[in-house]
Amino acid sequence: MKLEIQNLVYRAGGRTLMDDISLVSDSAHCTALLGANGAGKSLLLRLCHGLLEPAAGRIRWDARPPRELGAAITMVFQKPVLLRRSARANVEHALYLQGAPRAARRARAAAALELAGLEDCMERQAAVLSGGQQQRLAIARAWALKPAVILMDEPTSKLDVRSAAQVERTIGELRREGIKIILTSHNLAQVRRLCGEVVFLHEGRLVQQDAMDDFFARPADDIICEFIEAQTF
Amino acid sequence: MRVYRSADFLTRVAWLLAGLCAALLSAGAGAAAATAAVTLASTTSTDNSGLYDYLLPKFTADTGIRVRVIAVGTGRALSIGRRGDADLLIVHDRESELEFVADGHGVARVPFMYNDYVLVGPRADPGGLRAAGDVVHAMRLIARGRRPFISRGDDSGTHKKELQLWRAAGLAPGAADAWYREAGAGMGAVLNLANELVAYTLTDRSTWVSFNNRAALALLVENQPPLHNPYSAILVNPQKHPAVNHRAARRLVEWLTSRRGLDWIDNYRVRGVRLFHPLRGG
Amino acid sequence: MTDFSDALQTALHLLVNLDAGLVEIIALSLRVSLTAVAAAALVGLPLGALLAVSRFPTRRFWINLLNTFMGLPPVVVGLMVYLMLSRAGPLGPLGLLYTPVAMIIAQTLLIFPIIAALSCGVVQGLFDEYHEQLRSLGSRTLATARTLLWEGRFGLVTAILAGFGRGNAEVGAVLIVGGNINHSTRVMTTTIALETSKGNLALALALGLILILVSLLVASAAQWLHTATMHRGRA
Repeated sequence: MKLEIQNLVYRAGGRTLMDDISLVSDSAHCTALLGANGAGKSLLLRLCHGLLEPAAGRIRWDARPPRELGAAITMVFQKPVLLRRSARANVEHALYLQGAPRAARRARAAAALELAGLEDCMERQAAVLSGGQQQRLAIARAWALKPAVILMDEPTSKLDVRSAAQVERTIGELRREGIKIILTSHNLAQVRRLCGEVVFLHEGRLVQQDAMDDFFARPADDIICEFIEAQTF
Repeated sequence: MRVYRSADFLTRVAWLLAGLCAALLSAGAGAAAATAAVTLASTTSTDNSGLYDYLLPKFTADTGIRVRVIAVGTGRALSIGRRGDADLLIVHDRESELEFVADGHGVARVPFMYNDYVLVGPRADPGGLRAAGDVVHAMRLIARGRRPFISRGDDSGTHKKELQLWRAAGLAPGAADAWYREAGAGMGAVLNLANELVAYTLTDRSTWVSFNNRAALALLVENQPPLHNPYSAILVNPQKHPAVNHRAARRLVEWLTSRRGLDWIDNYRVRGVRLFHPLRGG
Repeated sequence: MTDFSDALQTALHLLVNLDAGLVEIIALSLRVSLTAVAAAALVGLPLGALLAVSRFPTRRFWINLLNTFMGLPPVVVGLMVYLMLSRAGPLGPLGLLYTPVAMIIAQTLLIFPIIAALSCGVVQGLFDEYHEQLRSLGSRTLATARTLLWEGRFGLVTAILAGFGRGNAEVGAVLIVGGNINHSTRVMTTTIALETSKGNLALALALGLILILVSLLVASAAQWLHTATMHRGRA
């Protein structure tokens, strides 16, 4: 789906946290949201999802507001929020919320867990899975709903290198299926591996939106240069 | 880290529920509501003395009618009767009984047995009540010596009798008198209190005899005409309260006042003491 | 303290001989309190959860009200139920006064605010953690309430136990609406009050010990349910 944001403003507690953001992102790209902590990355994801309502401006997915999209757009949070049930039951619960019939739930859950490489721990309690497995379970759950868009808030920030690689592999699977992905990350190497487009935010403002290679080749601002240098260390 | 298995949880819930159902069903049988039973609101004194546990099974054996006893003070019993929540009252305060009948709530008031009140107090009897002889004089001795006295203070028959005795003595102790304490409680609670505070109090003889926590107390004044304590049965008026079980209640009154019922009352003993005396030829 | 050793001996004696009167009284206590808890939980759990997950203008007011009603005086509740069920009252024709049903109604009214308020608290805690995720999965208010009730089931067991404890230990309400009628509405607490009023303090205390034992058994059953469904693992 194609994302269009026009003059987006968001305020909370008397402060302007999103200031006049406009951008268009094509469905083909996997988009990375970059910026320092507090730049507004997570906030923008929540606004795109419809979890928060903007104070002004518009957000449209193929000309429709996020609220109308239902499960066509889902989100994987920074810290996976899982129910106290088995891995499979976690995915099935999400499908149950969508009103899927029981037999379809079982089949779809099994497929999702396989996609995420979790077929061996389907019956394990979500809480005993490793951090990487939990994150992949959260992604599998999102994928099971057959969304057109998945938003991911720092999907690998809390993981070791090996787990992060497994999560990246799962994200690669999603991309191959043609699902539009927008993710936030601090790992520039990861962004290079996964994404085709970068949106850079600074203090609630859009600084640069560019194709991956152009972004790193021609940073539009000193802030970006500093950011890239800092992240490379 | 602690983790939950939901299938296990459900099995356990099922087991617990099955066990509970079994326990409740077996318990439910005993507590089944008896529609034909007579509901008797009565003074605590008659119930606490064990009279009903002794008497009523004999009535049930004779007639097949079960009786449910609600033991409360006379004032409460009359108010329960006034709302039609009991079929029959057994109470002991002549004045309010007559008022109850006059108001049309009760029919056929029948005095059928009596016992008496006694004054009890500290074994050492610092007020010298034993020597007083006359109960009204004894009340004066308590007040004059400012001896601790516990009043029921609950509008019960015993409470009203106590107020009568103070009036007869020309006294009206109240909040200003530190020695005079209104408990606002039943006879048993007041005796517990008197025993603890080593105080004087007025009690009916039946509660006194069957009471078990009285190490500090002794019986001091008894066998005097003002201490006479007659009990009446009053049928709740079925015209006013159509839902009452009038027919069965009437049979209970007839049985209580029959030769057979009165003989049983006469024969009742606690610790070898006769607690209630039948009023024959009513 | 001879009183206490007497009471302990009496309690043991009653238990060992499985005194028939005692069994009847314990059974009725459990029947009344457990039924009241079940009824209160049936309404209180969903209501508490809904209050936790929904947002409407008077929400805070209702939560405050529930919290206040957690401390309802049993005697007042007993009196209100009495006036409702009395033959002269609006529900008099049902003939429920001085029956176990009347006691169940009174205890349900006492227990309901406790279960509703505590489950509201439990679910509120979970809601803060889960609500974005559940909304992202397309969960509506009702479904969220259901999901979080199940997620919080072990915390809710405590809420239900608190309700049971309140009902089982309460004497004021059941005495007024039940009448403490032998073989009909006599429960543990009213028996204890009665034996105290007869001056049988050791027996009353013995019954008190048994009442505590019964509560302990019920709490242990809940604990058993809790621990047996967990196994230890590594995060």
